[in-house]
Amino acid sequence: MRIHLFIACYNDTLFPRTGMAVVNLLERLGHEVVFPLAQTCCGQMHYNTGYHQEAMPLVKRLMEEFRDAETIVVPSASCVAMMRDHYELMAHNANDARMMEEVKDFLPRVFEFSELITDKLGLTDVGAYFPHKVTYHPSCHSLRLLHVGDRPIRLLNGVEGLQYTPMEGADQCCGFGGTFAVKNAEVSSAMLTDKITCVRKTSAEFVAALDNSCLMQIDGGLHRESGGRGTEGRIRPVHLAEILNSTKANPLTAESLAWDEVSA
Amino acid sequence: MSVRVGHTAEKSAFPILAHEILKDQQTRRNVRHATDVIRAKRALRVEEMPDWQELRTAAHAIKTHTLLHLPHYLQQFEKNCIAAGGQVHWARDADEANAIAIRLIQAAAKKQGTSIAEVIKVKTMTSDEIGMNSALEKNNITPWETDLADMIVQMGNDEPSHIVVPALHKNRHQVRELFLEHMKLTELGTEAEDLTQAARHYLRKKFLEVGIGISGANFAIAETGSICVVESEGNGRMCVTMPQTLISLVGIEKVIPKFQDLEVFLQLLPRSATGERMNPYNSIWTGVEPGDGPQEFHVILLDNGRTRMMANVRERETLNCIRCGACLNVCPVYRETGGHAYGSIYSGPIGAILSPQLNGMQHSRSLPYASSLCGACYEVCPVKINIPETLIHLRGKVVEQDQNSITGMFSQEGMGMKMAAHLFEHPRQYEAAQRLARTGQGLFEKDGKLVNLPGMAAGWTQFRDLRALPQQTFREWWKQNKRNKA
Amino acid sequence: MSDARFTVLDTIRRQLAADPDIKPELAESPEAAYARIPRDYQRAAALDHEEILELFYDRLRDYDSELIFTDEAGIPAAIAQAMRDAGETLLLVPTGVPQSWLPTQGLGILRDEQLTTSALEQPRCVLTGCTVCVAMSGTIVLEHGAEQGRRAATLLPDHHLCIIRRDQVVETLAEALGRLTHLTAPITTIAGPSATSDIEMTRIRGVHGPRRLTAIIL
Repeated sequence: MRIHLFIACYNDTLFPRTGMAVVNLLERLGHEVVFPLAQTCCGQMHYNTGYHQEAMPLVKRLMEEFRDAETIVVPSASCVAMMRDHYELMAHNANDARMMEEVKDFLPRVFEFSELITDKLGLTDVGAYFPHKVTYHPSCHSLRLLHVGDRPIRLLNGVEGLQYTPMEGADQCCGFGGTFAVKNAEVSSAMLTDKITCVRKTSAEFVAALDNSCLMQIDGGLHRESGGRGTEGRIRPVHLAEILNSTKANPLTAESLAWDEVSA
Repeated sequence: MSVRVGHTAEKSAFPILAHEILKDQQTRRNVRHATDVIRAKRALRVEEMPDWQELRTAAHAIKTHTLLHLPHYLQQFEKNCIAAGGQVHWARDADEANAIAIRLIQAAAKKQGTSIAEVIKVKTMTSDEIGMNSALEKNNITPWETDLADMIVQMGNDEPSHIVVPALHKNRHQVRELFLEHMKLTELGTEAEDLTQAARHYLRKKFLEVGIGISGANFAIAETGSICVVESEGNGRMCVTMPQTLISLVGIEKVIPKFQDLEVFLQLLPRSATGERMNPYNSIWTGVEPGDGPQEFHVILLDNGRTRMMANVRERETLNCIRCGACLNVCPVYRETGGHAYGSIYSGPIGAILSPQLNGMQHSRSLPYASSLCGACYEVCPVKINIPETLIHLRGKVVEQDQNSITGMFSQEGMGMKMAAHLFEHPRQYEAAQRLARTGQGLFEKDGKLVNLPGMAAGWTQFRDLRALPQQTFREWWKQNKRNKA
Repeated sequence: MSDARFTVLDTIRRQLAADPDIKPELAESPEAAYARIPRDYQRAAALDHEEILELFYDRLRDYDSELIFTDEAGIPAAIAQAMRDAGETLLLVPTGVPQSWLPTQGLGILRDEQLTTSALEQPRCVLTGCTVCVAMSGTIVLEHGAEQGRRAATLLPDHHLCIIRRDQVVETLAEALGRLTHLTAPITTIAGPSATSDIEMTRIRGVHGPRRLTAIIL
């Protein structure tokens, strides 16, 4: 299958590993990946912060970039939620019939990463190997807007060697919330403290999610708590795609996720 | 017109109020405990309802329908209420409603021959909204709040921190102190039971002697002209039954078409609000019943900003609210801050959309941003108000206002957002910016993390670490290693 | 006053007219639109009547209510027993309660013939009938008047004795509301004793309303 990748601006800039994992995994599964180079952003940051005018051209150019794509994968539940919940609404509010047609044509071709693997590709076992204890944080947008349900858990349980351990208060927001994290930084971090308590209770080595944004929040909190001292025993946030991309031949390791090595 | 929502106009922005509360560990513990308890009870009572979603759908449809035909239903309610011996008054705003109430109370007191005007009140958020108690006091009328939590709030000269359990920020020791002082007691136990019995004795005389009652309304039924008040303690029954004169303050959005529609709302409300299959008491009455209860009955239909929410579906839908408080109990933001951070008697997610709209957005502009848009509120809302969408809609209005002002247009956020949008529209410049950020971050980088970032990003690095940008963006990796096949 | 009435109604109409998305709905008659409201929730009974009764009794017990099972002829004895158990000797009775329900001896009967509030305060027990009961939520519905008394009569006494016929018990709230015939009468629904959770979410039974309920089931 020919699959177009929409990486999302923040993954592109901050979490290239996730994109690489998606590409490598899909190729390993025998698919062809296309990355339209002119893609940038889904418009969510602007739209959700109230900059509705500014979001509009971003939405239009994104759909334009993926006009010819049959299947689009997005390793960011939040961006997919933006598309499904707001694109039609934006076209409606702008009274733009042409855009509405484009949106209706665009949306059925979009798959969040775990949706693509389970629904479109029909897999729960992708031949991954990851012999670690992993917990899962259902990001709010994947849980309540996309309703991905147990898809990610099924995928985790399909990984050889992986020991999945559920998290108490899993459905509780991590406090990220886009610009909320900076506009209400203090409350956001109080929410994060609660989330981290739940993450710690699992005694997992890794916490997985479908959104690097939430993971950045959790990672930022865990790193601050550790005071930057030592990486031993620190819980590593990691996108589900990176776990599924881990194999016996090319295993994902905790060390490879350490902070200093990335910027070394 | 002077639309007013409590003392909201004088309050600071949400982040500033939240900052104070986050330091108050006792309040935070109290809020957390209370919301955890109600949340669990609600979940239990909702899970046993296989038709919960169908009930929500019906409730949303009834409310939506009613609002679209509101003039029809309001007039029908008015006609039927008057036919049953009630009197209906209309108030455009808080001051008008208070003036009507004061006039009615003074006339009733005179008729009853009481020298000191007093009223007994059953919990009504709407009266808090219009600042009724202070308006009454200014006119030498003593209001007695009779709901236990409202009484605690009134005694403490405090403000409600929750729509359903307004005193949840106080623990029993704090309540005991208030009761000892205000009830002039010398002895009082420390258990909730002791405190509740003290309230029973304290208020009993008032229920039997005060000749004027004030209530809100959970529902006003157009078909019959009836009012329905939902409660648990029996103070509501006392207030609407024992006085000779009863005044009900009713927001215009409280009207429902038919009596039978209660079959939907009286299932959704108690389970959502307190996690009960049914609350202990519902009182439904129509005008005046000879030989039973108040022989003089007034309804004040209140606008106070509601009508201007009716031109847009997102705003109109806010008026679906039946004040169950379920959204507060599940909100991760409310859980940290409690109600007082919202600077409005309507707090939590519903407060964050209701207060700025009632206030016309001049005040409480920070409230639409007091949410991580996690969606838990929408999931539990029994009348399916899409609160996250409404928050985003209101954020749009805030930005629009900003962009029409010089200071707003050149604000750091406004400029930043414009710049980001420009970059996202121009991929080459966007790529250049990615490279520039990587080079520029050296100024702020320390041990692989970014510290003391300037501007809005400072909000991030104040509380969390931020990993330095990786050496290669995804697209750089792609160009280097993959390239699209032709 | 009429000014405010005009302004409110007029503003609503103008605001609604400003929303292009609802033009068709506004053009419709309220009755036609109302009829289309989806009501796919449970309105009718799903259980058989014996199950409904068991559910109702369970709900009442859940509220710590006392249940006495008897028949029409056994009502006076049941009342006498309930009063003995409560250690009470004075019973308030609405004027519409049939004489045949009442024990003929050993009990002071106070008929509510326009009693003053302070007279109503004296008896600690009241006896009434009811209109209908909802099994799902353990709710008793009073339409007041006749053998159900005026509202104050079931409010001031601390102990409510309620005569419930089995055929008055229905499963759902929708059925119960459908059985009411006098919608403009004062209506009170009662589900368990008065209660509050306002202090630390500790549920306390018995605040201002009656604290005890004895259901006499026929």
